[in-house]
Amino acid sequence: MSTTARYAGVPRWVVAIAVIGALFVVLPLAAMVLRVNWGEFVPLVTSEASVSALLLSLRTSLAATVLCIVLGVPMAIVLARSAFRGQKILRSLVLLPLVLPPVVGGIALLYTFGRRGLIGQSLDAWGISIAFSTTAVILAQTFVALPFLVLSLEGALRTVGTRYEAVGATLGAGPTTVLRRITLPLVLPALISGSVLSFARALGEFGATLTFAGSLQGTTRTLPLEIYLQRETSPDTAVALSLVLVVVAIVVVSIAHQAGSTKYLRGVL
Amino acid sequence: MKRLAVVVAIAALALTGCAAQPAAEPSASPTADALEGSITVFAAASLKATFTDLAAQFEAEHPGTTVELNFAGSSDLVTQITEGAPADVFASADTKNMTKVTDAALNEGDPVDFATNVLEIAVPPGNPAGIETFADLAGPDVKLVICAPAVPCGAATVTVETATGVTLTPVSEESAVTDVLGKVTSGEADAGLVYVTDVIGAGDAVQGVEFDESSEAVNTYPIVALGDSAAPDVAQAFVDFVAGATGQKVLAAAGFGKP
Repeated sequence: MSTTARYAGVPRWVVAIAVIGALFVVLPLAAMVLRVNWGEFVPLVTSEASVSALLLSLRTSLAATVLCIVLGVPMAIVLARSAFRGQKILRSLVLLPLVLPPVVGGIALLYTFGRRGLIGQSLDAWGISIAFSTTAVILAQTFVALPFLVLSLEGALRTVGTRYEAVGATLGAGPTTVLRRITLPLVLPALISGSVLSFARALGEFGATLTFAGSLQGTTRTLPLEIYLQRETSPDTAVALSLVLVVVAIVVVSIAHQAGSTKYLRGVL
Repeated sequence: MKRLAVVVAIAALALTGCAAQPAAEPSASPTADALEGSITVFAAASLKATFTDLAAQFEAEHPGTTVELNFAGSSDLVTQITEGAPADVFASADTKNMTKVTDAALNEGDPVDFATNVLEIAVPPGNPAGIETFADLAGPDVKLVICAPAVPCGAATVTVETATGVTLTPVSEESAVTDVLGKVTSGEADAGLVYVTDVIGAGDAVQGVEFDESSEAVNTYPIVALGDSAAPDVAQAFVDFVAGATGQKVLAAAGFGKP
């Protein structure tokens, strides 16, 4: 609060536009909440199909987040701490799923891991079939969520700088020790907030899953797909489940915000 | 300069788009031979090819008219219509969704059945899983994709299942018949249950396997003019056109059955 006093003040017209912007985001959510059939809410969201979809969503999103961390942390470190030809191009490519329509991601995954796909063909010969399996859902979610982790972690790594790492190295620590004892603890808040954002993105994944994984209760029908299907026959269920997803998303985003505002990250931001 | 030209063009389009609506209203005179005005037709996704063709023919026959088309799943269209979307004609892929519109009293006149559609098995070219009959779909190694029971093609699938006593174990239950077709054309699925018209529309991308039990579930397509239309006579003329000789010829060529 004290920092705002030093500014000249925000022009009123900026505030006015900001309010319109906020309304634009909040109003549709409010409109949806108004449509919720509260009398039926509990039975609707606790039906077998709904619970199955919610549990599948949480399970796959968690698995996708772990996969994002396992793959994304090394990617972020390489992008932030080394210099090589084509690095800029590589970074753009890695961030591509962020701007691609998910359905395009789904088609790309299909042509990679599908039965007649680039890798899928060989996998199929080995008796491994990915399409229509829960693995396909996790792959689709990881594909769209990975950039969130890489982006936030790489940014934090660059802002933290290499001073402490250099000191550690001169004191005799090997690269792995430096990474484990200095680098990762320094960027831990960014790692947490990046993971939470990846989880949220995975939870909301729809297009790539629908295109690549299919839709079967308990196996591939995640919450967004269930909402899409319920809309056909029971708009009340669709709205109730949407609200559940919104609540989960709000919780997740506030956790990410919390992690992002701990003192380390605030220092670097 | 180029960008400016684009902006101006878009602005002009937006302006004429806005202006066209009120201008159409006074010209909608009830004289049968001089049909004039613009209508928007909401039609089921499976009617895309036929209705695009029919709209063009209708406009050619009545030069003063414009037919805008909006295709989506029938239940999506019903939601849009009941939420106040500006539609003049609604063509549904099943009677259930049409009933929702008539129950809400949004129709002008009674719905007319104009076509029927039955299920057919779609398999990738070469039929790798060797599907010959409906019962073959229940084979243990067959990757079968069907519509979810909540959507019309899925409801038809359930009807056939019940009638034949065959229990299907699909790997996926899609929300739209186009998604089922997509899984077959991409080769991910060994077989899918879609409409006869989808198999014809997909051309060489899939092969069709007809089965006798398909007659157990015949989907009827009704069409109706909606109230609140700015050009009610054009809307009714379009409904008559679809149900009439030209409409029936085009629909039959696409594989639709007679109502």
